[in-house]
Amino acid sequence: MATASDMATKQEDATEERSAPIVAVKELRKSFGNLRVLNGINLTVNRGETLAVLGRSGTGKSVLLRLIIGLETPDSGSVSIYEQDIARLALDRMGEVRKKMGFLFQHAALYDSLTVAENVAFPLEHHRREMSRSERNDRVAQLLFEVGMKGSNGKMPSDISGGMQKRVGLARALALQPEILLLDEPTAGLDPISSGEIDDLVLKLQREHQMASIVVTHDLHSAKTIANRIALLDQGNVVTEGRFEDLQESNIAFVKEFLKQS
Amino acid sequence: MSRYESTEIAAIKLPLSGQGSALLPTVAGSVASLAERFFEWFGGLGIFSWQVLKAAVTPPYEWRELIRQLDEVGSKSLPLIVLAGAAIGVVISMEARYSLSRFGAKSMFPATLVYSVIQVMGPVITGLIVSGRVGAGIGAELASMKVTEQIDAIEASAINPYRLLAATRILACILMLPLLTIAADASGLFTGWFAQTLVEPLSFRQFIESGFHGATFNAFLPPTFKTAVYGLIIGLIACFQGMRTRGGAEGVGRAATNSVVLSSLFVILADVVLVKFILVVFP
Repeated sequence: MATASDMATKQEDATEERSAPIVAVKELRKSFGNLRVLNGINLTVNRGETLAVLGRSGTGKSVLLRLIIGLETPDSGSVSIYEQDIARLALDRMGEVRKKMGFLFQHAALYDSLTVAENVAFPLEHHRREMSRSERNDRVAQLLFEVGMKGSNGKMPSDISGGMQKRVGLARALALQPEILLLDEPTAGLDPISSGEIDDLVLKLQREHQMASIVVTHDLHSAKTIANRIALLDQGNVVTEGRFEDLQESNIAFVKEFLKQS
Repeated sequence: MSRYESTEIAAIKLPLSGQGSALLPTVAGSVASLAERFFEWFGGLGIFSWQVLKAAVTPPYEWRELIRQLDEVGSKSLPLIVLAGAAIGVVISMEARYSLSRFGAKSMFPATLVYSVIQVMGPVITGLIVSGRVGAGIGAELASMKVTEQIDAIEASAINPYRLLAATRILACILMLPLLTIAADASGLFTGWFAQTLVEPLSFRQFIESGFHGATFNAFLPPTFKTAVYGLIIGLIACFQGMRTRGGAEGVGRAATNSVVLSSLFVILADVVLVKFILVVFP
């Protein structure tokens, strides 16, 4: 029988687990040849929180996301997912961590030889082998409905618009019910209406699934709408981090210039 | 040598010798860079092969993708292979008939055709045709997936791309090459016999009996199954070139070209080694 102290310890552990950041990036550095892209980045994201990473083009925002999901290896520093350093995990062990993550690529990166439905079903076919075909079809239909792409099952990625491709990419990213969602420029290249729709969609998904999210974007309006916190990157460093209101009150010249130009 | 001649030579040599000393570091640099790229390529291929091998022997196995690739490599190459085999059969038949007639050895025609097609031309032609069709296809497909981040998307979905994309394609090439070789051989033998029959009637049964008279399995099986090695070479090089591509549409084109050129070259080089190996092991 569990004693009161055991129960208290378990409760403490559970509280600690809840309060520990799901994603923790420490002193992360990455260079490509002589080009230093990230220069000692520190960031954390908690459960149910959305962090927007803003910055000029070429400041390493997308590289940061690729490092977090293990598509790139850091030169130094660590990326911890649930307190496990993933930087040097073998491919198959990294796969176990990635099952908890969903990634929306900047250009959606849909499999161009598969239909919309097959794209969304792809992770399910590989990781939910116990699912019957009809269960999988139902799940795909539900995901496409959630992202507003109901009825597009049979279309090819080349037959739909960029905004639609991003919606399908988002549905694919959500297929395994991830606990961490990484979005690379979800509104880039979209008209204001489509951008707004994607923002609403991300907000809705946040409310319903309580994921930890990192959104890389140029779009200050989008960041303000969907993020709890904003980190501003410049020349491989985090210039400032906080709520949008904190950024507005910042005296840092780069922050002021960025907000003015945005 | 006259005084003028020697002056003339000196006049020519002087600037050249100056250039030569300046060119030396450039040439040495180019050789060093070429050697570096050579070792880098082979090193990369070695690491890639190890990753593919590890992925191929550990579950989960990608049976569905393997079957799709068997169809892609095997069934879809079959018409081309049969056609190429047929052409080779006719050419060997015409050449053999002419040469054997000159030496009064026309009775050797069936055996010459059978041995030439099965031991030499069938395997090499199959290897080269598959290098062209499948090597280019795999190289371009994977390169295109790489530059459009589809391979990254597979990896981000917690799926091992070495297992899903490379291991299945390489295995399909290994399994299909010997079968395609048999098809090329059969086609070549049939058309070779047919071409002969048009000139000098010979029943197919007679042709087969005479051609295979005294033949052992050792004479035909090793040359046919050596093409599994060609399959390994074609699949491995095409997947490697495709999955390491950089640089947009130009990179895709380069990957497809390199896949064909390198796999064809290595198939021919492997043939030299394999023929010697077969002669030693299966005398």
